Amino acid sequence: MELAAAAALGKFIGAGLACIGMGGSAMGVGNVAGNFLAGALRNPSAAAGQTATLFIGIAFAEALGIFSFLVALLLMFAV
Amino acid sequence: MANTTHTAADTATEAAGHAAEAAGHAAQSAGMPQLDTSTFANQIFWLVVALIVIYFVLSRIALPRIGAVLADRQRTITSDIAAAEELKAKAVEAEKAYNQAIADARSEAAKIVAEARAEIQKDLDVATAKADAEIAAKTAESAARIEEIRAGALESVKDVANETAAALVSALGGSADDKSVASAVSDRMKG
Amino acid sequence: MATEEHSEGLAFHPMDQFIVKPLFGGEHVGVLTVTNVTLWMAIAVLCVIALFVLGTRGRAVVPNRTQSVAELAYGFVHKMVEDVAGHDAVKFFPYVFTLFIFIVFSNFLGLLPKAFTPTSHIAVTAFLAVAVFLTVTIVGFVKHGVHFLGLFWVSSAPLPLRPVLALIEVISYFVRPVSHSIRLAGNMMAGHAVIKVFAAFAPLILISGVGIAVTPLSILAITAIYGLEILVAFIQAYVFTILTCVYLRDALHPAH
Repeated sequence: MELAAAAALGKFIGAGLACIGMGGSAMGVGNVAGNFLAGALRNPSAAAGQTATLFIGIAFAEALGIFSFLVALLLMFAV
Repeated sequence: MANTTHTAADTATEAAGHAAEAAGHAAQSAGMPQLDTSTFANQIFWLVVALIVIYFVLSRIALPRIGAVLADRQRTITSDIAAAEELKAKAVEAEKAYNQAIADARSEAAKIVAEARAEIQKDLDVATAKADAEIAAKTAESAARIEEIRAGALESVKDVANETAAALVSALGGSADDKSVASAVSDRMKG
Repeated sequence: MATEEHSEGLAFHPMDQFIVKPLFGGEHVGVLTVTNVTLWMAIAVLCVIALFVLGTRGRAVVPNRTQSVAELAYGFVHKMVEDVAGHDAVKFFPYVFTLFIFIVFSNFLGLLPKAFTPTSHIAVTAFLAVAVFLTVTIVGFVKHGVHFLGLFWVSSAPLPLRPVLALIEVISYFVRPVSHSIRLAGNMMAGHAVIKVFAAFAPLILISGVGIAVTPLSILAITAIYGLEILVAFIQAYVFTILTCVYLRDALHPAH
């Protein structure tokens, strides 16, 4: 039973650690959005055409955060 | 996810339900339902059915219809704009014609006025000349009459003077023939 | 802080909402079993029919509200396909539109209380993503033959680097369906699970005094996250569609 308890402990610690990855993704998304805003304020006329690029960038940055969330979920529920 | 308004009774029944469920498929409740491979075939089957239905409904009915409506609208708008443009051009043309007509009428009127004035002036001139001539004729006639009257008057003065002189001479006791009296009178009247 | 309350009666089952259950009793989920997946997909299909077939029934030049919405969706996706994937991708427009509409309706219907979200399931999104991946790959090879492989051969890079880059490109090409599907399912699952976790805190006021503070907070959090989820429901459908368009562009114009 010691072993099972240790495994459970490891699972929860691992899930928590995996959630740190979401912070990185948050920084990435903020970086994308912030730089877009900075660029858009410099040249507002070009901003409208680049919103698709903005969303693609956000999606790529966010996907990695979702991966770490998935790892956390897998640790919590599937392992 | 939205069981935000639990009452105590609800919670109790839910808990009981969860317990029963957990007993029912213990393996499933423990893990993520997303990883329960036994349901994959079912989900994918219904997904394919749903996608095929949506695809055929959209591609056979909805999308051609919406595309046609949008094209129709575009065409209507374009033709309306063209019609409006045409009407505008017509209006401009009509305005031009109107202005032209007004200008024409104005110049025509001016011409008529000038003509009438010239005609009137001519008549007036003729009438004036005629009147002037008449007046001149009348004046000349009057002058002749006056002259005549004056001459007549002078003659009668001489007669009166001869008679008066003869009467005076006889009254003074003299006798004088008519001839000498007349010459004397005419001498006095000349002098 | 909730550990002792947890044991007393708070029920944390954030993942239970994703369970696939047969609608008419029974335990076994066979291929043809009518489940809650079937139900909510059917509702989505009915909504699509209501909006795009019944809503546009009038074919009015001056549209009513439903027809305006249908036209708005049409114009939105059509412009996206044309702008991102190029003019010759318009023949894939019904396919892309089907994906977009299915995901949008699944996402939004999933936000209804007690609803089931098909797009929160890896199986569903993986199928969609793999379908896109196969379509794109097949279209690429049919249109360009072997030249489609030029997508992986970065001719603008220095020659010694090209094999390395090609390896990276190949790996990223095959990771596409993975990220494509997990992004959608993960976003949906995460939002719904977070709402459920906060919802589990909401009845705390019935159990303990701490609930006087926690319950209003959790209800507030549910409201806020619900608003965020409405945004995410649309953005994820948009992102899925626009990435499909990007992949289509790569297939139609593989020149790097």
